[in-house]
Amino acid sequence: MNEILSPAFWEPFGLTLELALITTIFLYLVGIPLAYYLAFSKIRFKAILEAVIAMPLVLPPSVLGFYFLLMFSQNGFLGAIWKELFGHQLAFHFDGLVVGSIIFSLPFMVHPLLSGFKSVDRFSIEAAHTMGKSQIQTLFRVVLPAMKSSLATGGVISFAHTVGEFGVVLMIGGNINGQTKVASIAIYNEVEALNYTMAHSYSLILFAFSFAILWLVYTKLGNEVKASFHA
Amino acid sequence: MLKVHLFKKLQGATGVIDFEVKCDFEKGVFWTIFGESGIGKTTLLRMIAGLETPDSGTIEMDGEVWFDSTKGINLTPQKRRVGFVFQNYALFEHMSVLENLLFAQTHKDAKKAEKILHVMGLDVLKNRLPSTLSGGQRQRIALARAIAQEPKVLLLDEPLSALDALTRSRLQDELKKTHDIFKLATLMVSHDRSEVFKLSDQVLWLKEGKIFNQGSPRKVFLSQHSTSKFAFEGEVLDCEKRDSIYVATIGIGNTIVEVVLDESEAINLTVGTSVSVSTKAFAPIVKII
Repeated sequence: MNEILSPAFWEPFGLTLELALITTIFLYLVGIPLAYYLAFSKIRFKAILEAVIAMPLVLPPSVLGFYFLLMFSQNGFLGAIWKELFGHQLAFHFDGLVVGSIIFSLPFMVHPLLSGFKSVDRFSIEAAHTMGKSQIQTLFRVVLPAMKSSLATGGVISFAHTVGEFGVVLMIGGNINGQTKVASIAIYNEVEALNYTMAHSYSLILFAFSFAILWLVYTKLGNEVKASFHA
Repeated sequence: MLKVHLFKKLQGATGVIDFEVKCDFEKGVFWTIFGESGIGKTTLLRMIAGLETPDSGTIEMDGEVWFDSTKGINLTPQKRRVGFVFQNYALFEHMSVLENLLFAQTHKDAKKAEKILHVMGLDVLKNRLPSTLSGGQRQRIALARAIAQEPKVLLLDEPLSALDALTRSRLQDELKKTHDIFKLATLMVSHDRSEVFKLSDQVLWLKEGKIFNQGSPRKVFLSQHSTSKFAFEGEVLDCEKRDSIYVATIGIGNTIVEVVLDESEAINLTVGTSVSVSTKAFAPIVKII
């Protein structure tokens, strides 16, 4: 029981929440322009872009993780740039987890936002334009406020999905205390070491946390969120 | 003065229509664009607002060129200063009534916005959200919002079509009153003759993408039936044979009437046919209802 009171026990949870929070914030920054573009532009290769964004939904996390690992290592394309800029490679580092999670959870943010953008009344957008409002002003004052539930859906699902991530994190992060050992990895570790008491402690807390998120979703948020979870 | 001369190929219900309209719309005049569905009435308004691009032609407002295909000029809707009332009103649901008006203004001026609401008798609604309003109230807010923009021209796309007959009739009076107060160049799309007659100073009647007739409602519509004392537009709802005669059931506005016909008259009538019902011989009785 003493172990549960130690800071080392809680570290993976802190890391998990930090990862999920940072990932969700970045996903908003990337997802809103991307979904806006997909919803309103008429370019020819949109289907290709949509397919690339949806890939994480169908690929095994180990496949993604493997390619991320190659890209994120210091010999890889992204890893080399990162090392040049920040002095460390992306693989086996918290930054790598963030970048990997952003790509891995992208469809969970983009899809609800895309359906949100498409649901906004086209005429209210045109009305704002006739009122002299620019595209950006219209986006922030008219479009986004009209799709609050989609914004909430994207955020909640991306956050929850990042918390529950395992395969990709294991492949690119490994198991470094305080750096890449998130809660799901910690459970795997304890089970491998046949330390079932600790595995139970981690699992139960994650179980309760996940339940709390879903409970919040089902009581506070609209049907749209529920539908996304069912999908 | 709004000067318009536009060409556009439109995809109509029966194939491609070559749309061509040339007309000058004066300030303070209530114009109605009249005609059947799908012949480009709404497209005309949208082209004036800059929401759709004509294939060629010119749009000029008080000497300022908004569109000129030969010179490659095409101002964005943001730069044209039109007030557009959409068929579904397009209110911003997350803003209160007053906020809707403030958002529409180029320079925020709460006093001016409240004055418009006051003149139109909408003061009491100013803090309400659009979702709590009735259809008629929403329509009036959409109109107030368009006026708050201080537009050079007011464009109304079938603004009353979603309302019940009673509200519609009341709002027609109000629309007329509002127009008289603010004296804007107003262009309204409608396919309801009585509405057109009641509201407009001038009618632009479009048929198959071209101007079919133009002038005062009296001139445009009454000349059609100059030999009849009484004439109503209606739609055949049913036509059946009873013994040796035919009885056609015809819907005229909100009223349904049965008319006795002989075979030669009935033979061409099918359900859905638009007809004119007229009488010459009898003196009509007019009663207040």
